[in-house]
Amino acid sequence: MIHAAPTPPEGRGPLARREARLAWGLLLPTILIVAAVVVVPLLAIFWISVKPIGLADLRPPAPIAREALRGSGDELRIQYRVRNSSRSEIVSDVTLSDILPPGLEARPVDPRCVVDGRSIFCDLGDFEGGRRETLDFPVVLSGDRDAAEEAAEGSEPVLTGSADNILTNLEFTGENFARVFDGDEFRSVLYVTLFYTVVGTVGALLVGLFAAMLLNKSFRGQGVLRGLYLFPYVAPVIAVAFTWVILFDPFSGSANALLVRMGVAENAINFFGERPLALIMVTVFEIWRYFPLSFLFILARMQSIDEDMYEAADMDGASPFQKFWYLSLPQLLGILSVLFLLRFIWTFNKFDDIFLLTGGNAGTRTLTVNVYEQAFAVSNIGAGAAVAVVIFGCLLIFSIFFFRVMSREEGL
Amino acid sequence: MSFLRRGFATAALLGALWMVVASIVVAVAMSFATGLPLTPSVAMSLAWGAALAMAFLAARRMGGRPALAALLAAGLVPALAPFGSLSAGPAVSAPAAGAAAVLLSCAFAFPIRSILGGVAPGPQTRHVFEAAVIRFLTGFGYVFFTAIVVIPFYVMVMTSLKNQAELLQNPLDFGIDLSKGWDLFRSYAELMTDFNFGSYLWTSFYVSVLTVLLTLSFSIPGAYAVARLRFRGRKAFSRSILLIYMVPMIVLALPIYIAFSVAGLRNSILGIVLIYPVTTIPVALYMLQGYFRGLPAEVEEAGLMDGLSRLRVIWKITLPLSLPALASVSLYVFMIAWNEFLLAFMLLDDPSKFTLTRGVAMLNSSEVPRQHLMAGSVIATVPIMALFLGLERFMTKGLTAGSVKG
Repeated sequence: MIHAAPTPPEGRGPLARREARLAWGLLLPTILIVAAVVVVPLLAIFWISVKPIGLADLRPPAPIAREALRGSGDELRIQYRVRNSSRSEIVSDVTLSDILPPGLEARPVDPRCVVDGRSIFCDLGDFEGGRRETLDFPVVLSGDRDAAEEAAEGSEPVLTGSADNILTNLEFTGENFARVFDGDEFRSVLYVTLFYTVVGTVGALLVGLFAAMLLNKSFRGQGVLRGLYLFPYVAPVIAVAFTWVILFDPFSGSANALLVRMGVAENAINFFGERPLALIMVTVFEIWRYFPLSFLFILARMQSIDEDMYEAADMDGASPFQKFWYLSLPQLLGILSVLFLLRFIWTFNKFDDIFLLTGGNAGTRTLTVNVYEQAFAVSNIGAGAAVAVVIFGCLLIFSIFFFRVMSREEGL
Repeated sequence: MSFLRRGFATAALLGALWMVVASIVVAVAMSFATGLPLTPSVAMSLAWGAALAMAFLAARRMGGRPALAALLAAGLVPALAPFGSLSAGPAVSAPAAGAAAVLLSCAFAFPIRSILGGVAPGPQTRHVFEAAVIRFLTGFGYVFFTAIVVIPFYVMVMTSLKNQAELLQNPLDFGIDLSKGWDLFRSYAELMTDFNFGSYLWTSFYVSVLTVLLTLSFSIPGAYAVARLRFRGRKAFSRSILLIYMVPMIVLALPIYIAFSVAGLRNSILGIVLIYPVTTIPVALYMLQGYFRGLPAEVEEAGLMDGLSRLRVIWKITLPLSLPALASVSLYVFMIAWNEFLLAFMLLDDPSKFTLTRGVAMLNSSEVPRQHLMAGSVIATVPIMALFLGLERFMTKGLTAGSVKG
């Protein structure tokens, strides 16, 4: 008798399917919320970047009305002042409906309106931009006038009308991108971004490496120093950025007073207001604030390097610098490259720091600051979105590199 | 190089450089503490440092202790002599100059003794030379890093305790007049009463706590699924988390601003509480899945064998085992939410609904004196620092696990 060799089951069994279902169930809330807040805005950015839209267009044109009780006696009337909120866009099919408070009864006068006791309904047709209209209805009062007036003015009339919304219509423009890529300005923004990103990243890595070497030994107070060196990163950016601004203030900053007194500088230096010094200072701030992160990662990696290797090197007579150069550095290369890429991307994305230090003035406008500048300072949301699209494009290129290196250096 | 490795040359080189460090440190420290003008001279420091260190090396043959005592005594000279490495202006009184001299002598003598530890006169091996250089660099590193970290925070705190007139009169004088008593904290009292900072503190606090809770409730199930369960697209999913974590906030802030304007969520705490967790969920998910992967799967499998459902396993086994990781992640998320500035700045305009960072940003105007701005910064910094120092172990772990988000 020959028994068939047992074969593993093929395909996905019911157990595997159930597991996959559970996994998707657990992930669903996260996927939904991230899609709503990350993916949809990203798509929106692409949409907005090709539309001619300014900050003021965010409120779509709509009819607005004010209600008031005017006159007295036989002249008593209820008045609606209707207008188009936009000065340029047309609002079509405007209707007004309202219910008068008890004690007031309106009589019909306007042919566009249907009045039935206390209820009023008007079909006012199209309102072109800036049009205003006043509607009067004679009313009969039974009861206290003041109470009726208060009640009438307290109840808002309901207005409807359809307007062309710039956010949803099909009007497109290439103007935004043309504006973003506009010659000199774009080149300078690109240069500033590159300088800030490359120097800031490399600087933070080197300074972090130095700090990690200092603390890679156990002595009393090592924990205290490690905690202290993390301060710049842990403190709120707004607090440390303003402290730097005040410390380097050209008129009453301590740093300037110190430099002048020590004879390093003749006059006070406007650290955050002069080209190219402002860019250098902003980069130094970046290094100062983020060296703790690289230091923490490098230190964690250093402490996991095998001690035996160093003992072997000692036996072979390697000097301290040789040990660093030939043993430690190759061991750290992996974490350094991952850190470099990650920090590169995040420095590229950095907005708060520069915005708080210089507001993007004095030659420190990076791409991210440019988004804000275009969208809010110049009030051109479309152009801001176009810059954001450029940033997103760069980001995609970086992340391809990142995942290449990451798969090689798995285990960060 | 071989010339530098002779004992005296090494001593001269390192002594000269260390004197420069010591003079600058003493001058800056004295200036910041008392506002007195002291001027370090680099050239003179180099000369004095080289001479003193060489003399010390020669004297050490007589014995370590007398040599150190002699160095301490001789170290007083560079601060007091006419061509010293540290010159005091005419405004500096004799006791202050004396104090500076003692400080400088100590700041030079003790470190130089340990830097030149194994160095003897005559040719030295490469080992001895490099070890001395490394000791010098280590000392310099401690001084350098401590200074760059401490000075801004010192300036922040001290500025908040002064008033406008004192600040303009001598920007270097950070000494405080203790006789003023509680009046020193006037900026803080004014912030709390006139600027509503008490309510901002509370808003920031509960927004951060809510953010932590919401983030955890979304990211724990998600992280577990990515770490433990097998399903198609798992790898793609964990990559896209990282990718999302890289999208800059400013790119998202623009459409969020538009959507919130249209939906009427701008200027509401609800909007902030809705948006903060989304910025932290990817980070938290990424950190937690790393930790869940490290947990032994056998324990969970034993639970499954005993008839617990997956959800019960998560609740009864995985979560209790990962409490330290949950603490790290919570702290990290709390820190992100507490320090968040961009969204609060763009979405909140109504001073009654500000978070703390938005409140501090409001103080940055020419009408508000800057001790108020600094007091606001201190108020924003102190709670997160207290939390950080109290739970540093968790925090550093959270930061290392949380990748490198800036």
